[in-house]
Amino acid sequence: MSRIAHSPHAHAPISIGKVMGTVLLALTPATLFGFWLYGWPAINLWAVSLIAAIVGEAFMLRLQDRAVRPALMDGSGILTAWLLAISLPPAAPWWIAVLGSLFAVIIGKQLFGGLGQNVFNPAMAARVMLLISFPLEMTTWVAPAAQAPSWMDSLRITFLSQPIDGMASASLLGHVKTDYTLGVGLEQSLTGYYLPLDALWGSRVGSMGETAAVLLLLGGLFLIARRIITWHAPVAMLLGVAVPALIFNLINGNHYAGPMVHLLSGGLMLGAFFIVTDPVTSPNTVLGQFIFGLGCGLLTWIIRTWGGYPEGVAFAVLLMNAATPLIDQYIKPRIYGRDRSGVPLPANKGN
Amino acid sequence: MKLFDLRGGVHPEGRKDLSVDHHIRALPLPKKLFVPLQQHIGAHAIPVVNVGDKVLKGQLIAAAQGAVSSSIHAPTSGVVTALGDHVAPHPSGLPVPTITLESDGEDKWVATEITDTPFAYSPEDIAARVAAAGIVGLGGATFPAALKLNLSRNSGVQTLIMNGGECEPYLSCDDRIMRERAVEIIEGIRLIAFAVAAKEVLVGIEDNKPVAIAAMQAAAKSSSVKIVVMPSMYPMGSEKQIIYVLTGKEIPAGGRPSDVGVLVHNVATAFAVQQAIRYGRPLVARIVTVSGGAIKTPCNVEALIGTPVRELIDFADGFSQAATRMVLGGPMMGQQFTHTDVPVVKGTSGVLALTADEIGQAEASPCIRCSSCVRACPVGLLPLEMAAHIRVSDLSGAVDLGLKDCIACGSCSYVCPAHIPLVHFFNYAKGDLAAQERSKLKQEATKKLANARNERIARIERERAEAMAKRKAAKEARERAAAAAKAAMETA
Amino acid sequence: MLLAAIISLTALGAIFGFLLGVAARYLKVEGNPLVAEIEQLLPGSQCGQCGFPGCTGAALALAEGSAPVTLCPPGGRAVVQALAAKLGVEADLSSVADSVPMTAEVKEEICIGCTRCFKVCPTDAIMGAAQQIHVVFREACIACGKCEEVCPTESIKLQPILVTLQSWYWHKPRAEAV
Repeated sequence: MSRIAHSPHAHAPISIGKVMGTVLLALTPATLFGFWLYGWPAINLWAVSLIAAIVGEAFMLRLQDRAVRPALMDGSGILTAWLLAISLPPAAPWWIAVLGSLFAVIIGKQLFGGLGQNVFNPAMAARVMLLISFPLEMTTWVAPAAQAPSWMDSLRITFLSQPIDGMASASLLGHVKTDYTLGVGLEQSLTGYYLPLDALWGSRVGSMGETAAVLLLLGGLFLIARRIITWHAPVAMLLGVAVPALIFNLINGNHYAGPMVHLLSGGLMLGAFFIVTDPVTSPNTVLGQFIFGLGCGLLTWIIRTWGGYPEGVAFAVLLMNAATPLIDQYIKPRIYGRDRSGVPLPANKGN
Repeated sequence: MKLFDLRGGVHPEGRKDLSVDHHIRALPLPKKLFVPLQQHIGAHAIPVVNVGDKVLKGQLIAAAQGAVSSSIHAPTSGVVTALGDHVAPHPSGLPVPTITLESDGEDKWVATEITDTPFAYSPEDIAARVAAAGIVGLGGATFPAALKLNLSRNSGVQTLIMNGGECEPYLSCDDRIMRERAVEIIEGIRLIAFAVAAKEVLVGIEDNKPVAIAAMQAAAKSSSVKIVVMPSMYPMGSEKQIIYVLTGKEIPAGGRPSDVGVLVHNVATAFAVQQAIRYGRPLVARIVTVSGGAIKTPCNVEALIGTPVRELIDFADGFSQAATRMVLGGPMMGQQFTHTDVPVVKGTSGVLALTADEIGQAEASPCIRCSSCVRACPVGLLPLEMAAHIRVSDLSGAVDLGLKDCIACGSCSYVCPAHIPLVHFFNYAKGDLAAQERSKLKQEATKKLANARNERIARIERERAEAMAKRKAAKEARERAAAAAKAAMETA
Repeated sequence: MLLAAIISLTALGAIFGFLLGVAARYLKVEGNPLVAEIEQLLPGSQCGQCGFPGCTGAALALAEGSAPVTLCPPGGRAVVQALAAKLGVEADLSSVADSVPMTAEVKEEICIGCTRCFKVCPTDAIMGAAQQIHVVFREACIACGKCEEVCPTESIKLQPILVTLQSWYWHKPRAEAV
């Protein structure tokens, strides 16, 4: 059989490595800012997360007798670990990052069949697993300190679980929820805690991905401009959170947080531009992606407002991941020459 | 004029600058010409010459077999030296029955009917002359033009669309022919419009051909032919897409352009029609773009049908570097070839010698479901899903997703970041389904034969049994009669 | 608490299992209209290559489930898929795909015109009279092999059908790491 090549004999200058690389590039400004805010512990955590992911993925590929180098080099495992790392508390111990990365790469991705086969977003699956299994470590947030720990100190913090003195604090959403259960209204709990400008620029308590909303937004816009992602899922998610937040905030401003609070906290920007746009686990069509994003946003807001957890992005994304095949089943493009139900169009000879 | 937006599509690098400024030059007469009997859609032509026959340029050498077929004419004067197999311009590299012609160097035309009043012929006559001239669609589909004319006239076509798109990268043959022969093309267009009684004539030209647009507009000034500028995009030149962009109508799935009152023809076909009607000259040559990063001097040549591709490459000063791949046609839908003995046929629009950089292919990675292919598909299919089904041999699942509507334009494969050979999957699946269909038909036919045979044998058995029974009965009757006669004799 | 759960679930399982057994016994459907439908899908040339007595025998075995859907060589992929669809089973096409389509061909130099082959051909694909060289009609030949068995001079044999421009199609792209 002649091994003649099939057309086309030209190709767009793109590859999986380039796609993943561009996403990592878009994440870099926010990540570097997070490094600057939280110092060496954050860098340690991020490095540990990446290394664990690479090791885990290489191990699984070897087990399956698949080519290790091409799969590692395409950058998808690194991206998963990076996203996980910046959604963790920056002062978390090393084994949280290792456990999370290994879970994400091995169970969340390779066990399903490797790249492109997983149903659930691996980074979010790992985050949820960690949140449920280690609630204490996963909700111990630190405030960015004026003086970050030295490098030696940071090693002790990350690897020897030395507590960071005097910096433990609650994240915004956690604080609001706790206060609410204590009967303190939003007006009071937010005062001094939520300064919108600070939130935009990210110099407050949270994970690396939670802070620097503006940098993440810019990164997301960069990806849209480069056509790596489309605007539908991110815009839908932001709408899905902002609209109900606005409505309920107008109804009872003391009880329900307004849209800006929601948009700027809890890793929503990260989720909107980098998590719901994960191609593997989101629908095939732009309309499907819009519905997907909308669902993620709504569920995030619902979980944050009425659920037991202060932060809802990870859960919302996993729930909508489960709905993706269903969305794909019913939302398909109309085929040329056929109507929406697939029946050929009638002949139309007249003018 | 209002245009409709093309759905999907891609913007490959045009690369037409390599050859577009080279005016058309005639290739020097080749010594040997290999003219395949199958250069068109439909039944292959039947040779009407024998080995050793002397022929003149334009003389009929193979007759069309039925309505869906095309006749073939000698590209130059010379002697028929062989009637056998030659490598076909086909990806399989399989042989095709071919007439080999050795030119005598004189390039002498056969006597043809020339007229000053081509519009004096009736529409039916025009179609008949187009058929006699062996004209097929020169855009690449190679459908017999006369058949299209007759079908369109009978079904009442409203709009004639002339396709000056040439959306494939590298190709500039249509651009050049429009620049240099606009007057003849417009006359050909008017002849076609007359032959089908079209009420409206539109010529769609992509906006990356400003000189061609100007030339065609000047030539069409005093006629009702409307030149329409279309945005340049791939696959704007695809029949389904150009019809939609210019008229807003969609050909029903499984239907033909006549279902929406439209007829589409390539501009080069119009030129061939004009030559056939005004000068009585059959189709014996066509413009071919020789281009690619590995060709020293890309150019546009007028090549005789049957010229080995090697001569075109030599005319373009040969290779500037080793070609990674050689392609007939454009890079998006063209077919790779390896023998430079392969002949130019009626549908050959380009000969490309591409470098590895231009091809830009890499090993396939797993599908990341980015749905770039969905956004690129001009038909609205889900290439990633169809390929996934085909990979696990679920061909009927792929058909349910719309495999049969795929026009194999290659846009999806072009944009796939994972370099998955999507169109290859679809063409494999289509081929496999066609083979299954053929074997099913054969099976039904053989079942009928087997049943007929069984019935025949049973009938023979029955008749034999009846005949034996009759003989037996007759024998018994005779014996009884004999016995009765004997008994009667004894008692008497 | 745990004990209650164990007991109740076991009891439920037992009851439902019993009910299913009763249904299987007393509500059984007699006969199998499936056989006739399956037979329709088979080539019907009674060549016997499947090892069963004719297409009816093969249909019976398929309906019982004692024969794989790939049992019919002359049927090719089309029959395998049709049977798989009818019986609702998975069709393993890998073995069927590999078999090259065959046709009988007469080597005219050796053919003695004994007419033995065309008498046994189930689809009348061979033309020839006594003392005349025989010829095979490709369109009718189902490559059952009966002619090859009876030919005294081995002049008729099954040969693979060569691919032509009309029958060629693209091979399946190599499956990369999915």
